[in-house]
Amino acid sequence: MSPKPSTDPLAGVAAEPGVPKPDPMLTISDVRRSFGGITAVDVDHLEIPRGLITGLIGPNGAGKTTLFNLLTGFDTPDRGKWTFAGEDLAGVPAHLVARKGMGRTFQLTKALSRMTVMENMQLAATGQSGERFLTALVAPLWRGKEQEITERADELLVRFKLDHMRDEFAGTLSGGQRKLLEMARALMVEPALVMLDEPMAGVNPALTQSLLDHVKGLRDNEGRTVVFVEHDMDVVFDISDWVVCLAQGEVIAEGRPSEIGSNRAVIDAYLGATHSEDPAHRKKRHERRAS
Amino acid sequence: MAADIVFDALRTALGPTAAAYALLAIGLNIHFGFTGLLNFGQAGFMLVGAYGVAITVSTFGGPLWLGVLVGMLAAVVLALILGVPTLRLRADYLAITTIAAAEILRLLVRSTAAEPITGGVFGLRQFGGDFFALNPLPDGRTYFGALAASPNRAWVMLVGWSLVALMTLLVWALIRSPWGRVIRSIREDEDAARSLGKNVFSYKMQSLVLGGVIGSLGGALFALSLQTVQPDTFLPQVTFFAFAILILGGTASTGGPIVGAIIFWFLIGSLQSGLRRFSDADMLPEFFGAQAVGAVTLTFVGVLLMALMIFRPQGILGDKKELQLDVS
Repeated sequence: MSPKPSTDPLAGVAAEPGVPKPDPMLTISDVRRSFGGITAVDVDHLEIPRGLITGLIGPNGAGKTTLFNLLTGFDTPDRGKWTFAGEDLAGVPAHLVARKGMGRTFQLTKALSRMTVMENMQLAATGQSGERFLTALVAPLWRGKEQEITERADELLVRFKLDHMRDEFAGTLSGGQRKLLEMARALMVEPALVMLDEPMAGVNPALTQSLLDHVKGLRDNEGRTVVFVEHDMDVVFDISDWVVCLAQGEVIAEGRPSEIGSNRAVIDAYLGATHSEDPAHRKKRHERRAS
Repeated sequence: MAADIVFDALRTALGPTAAAYALLAIGLNIHFGFTGLLNFGQAGFMLVGAYGVAITVSTFGGPLWLGVLVGMLAAVVLALILGVPTLRLRADYLAITTIAAAEILRLLVRSTAAEPITGGVFGLRQFGGDFFALNPLPDGRTYFGALAASPNRAWVMLVGWSLVALMTLLVWALIRSPWGRVIRSIREDEDAARSLGKNVFSYKMQSLVLGGVIGSLGGALFALSLQTVQPDTFLPQVTFFAFAILILGGTASTGGPIVGAIIFWFLIGSLQSGLRRFSDADMLPEFFGAQAVGAVTLTFVGVLLMALMIFRPQGILGDKKELQLDVS
């Protein structure tokens, strides 16, 4: 694990739901979304610390993905406000949210199948004037920028070990490679905050480690803020600086990984859903509970 | 007789109608092939292009260029009217809306109330004078060798296929540009495009307008070549012929609509000519008589398209590799 900042930026922050943090990147207040009679998300207050990795956990149906969709403009809440880097983002459409620096990936990867890996990357770049209809017709106006974008994309592809697939259709990539591509592509937008929806799901163990290193790299080398949803607790406890647990749409606990593991509310929330988990995890959790 | 049939078929395949359908298919290729928009109302865009010329020139006595411009502007307006309410919804809603809108337009221009302007069911004629006055080809001889085109027909063919070439070039330039990349990403997954900061609604609208305007040029060409417009030329089957041409040539390939239009009309032409000639020579059973030529031709075209889908589903110019990828 790469070295953490020497002084804990969250020192003195109490492990309780809705606790204020010294330097929040994202502040969520009173956000609520219901589907019919079911309340999917009902968050009173939540702050995401800047420059750190926040893990978002919770049993299936806890509202993690819905919260992602609301914050990134893919869904509209019944009510609520949230500010991103001091700017009110409620009601802003998804594409503008992305341009303001909130990048995201999807639980089910959205590789653009019939476009090459390189085209997937180039698409994500911002500030390409050739994306405007009239400018598009005059190639000299956008060639220079395109060159620049391609170089940056090539660097990222090397970093994510996808350079050998550069000119293949994205649809030919394996599930794990698609996760890598989606993460690399999100970085082309240069987001200040990266929201990763189950980045490790369906990825083979060999690739998991390299994905984890990439996520840590976002924080340590590039100073980006990361929020990620994950079900594998080993992963969550390994890379998170802060963990938030949702259940039935509400924040029931938050704290440092060490504190969350022994949190009574978290254990109760998960025990209700253990039937879908593998026995090894259940055993581990029971041991933790017993100790 | 075989040679006669081939020449008849070539005359159809390279004629003005084939060029007009190529334009319709180029428009559909932008909508469906590159953006993934299911437009089932291309006949409506064709109609406004044709009636734009006919009404401006025949009813109001305006100049030809103004008529073409009116047709193109009407296509822009039609695209906006269709797109604003439907492009935010799922793709199938656009399909339903476009097919209905095209039929509404057709019924509108053929209604009695519209007769003073559109000529109702009788349509309009005599609006091509300006167009044929521009014809630089000398009279009194035939053109294109064995195709034996009259000077007027040769002139429409020249203008029509030049227009097809120009529009193909435009599509080629756009699709290889970053603009085209955004368009194709919307076809693949519009949420992904959105998450990368692309204004999906705006791009879909641009695509709908562009493809519609190209379709309206097809309509104007069609009207000028026939020197008449009639509402019932613009039945929904026109749109499906254009789709057949697009799929035959290869969806999402720039040259597909040209190849598709030529092959499609070659097949239609050869079947019509063959059936007619065999029927005239009493070589066909009674029920295959002259009246049945239209229906039998369509049946054969249907069978050929089925064979194409089975043996070459990507079309003539399509990319097989693209087709094999699962689009999720």
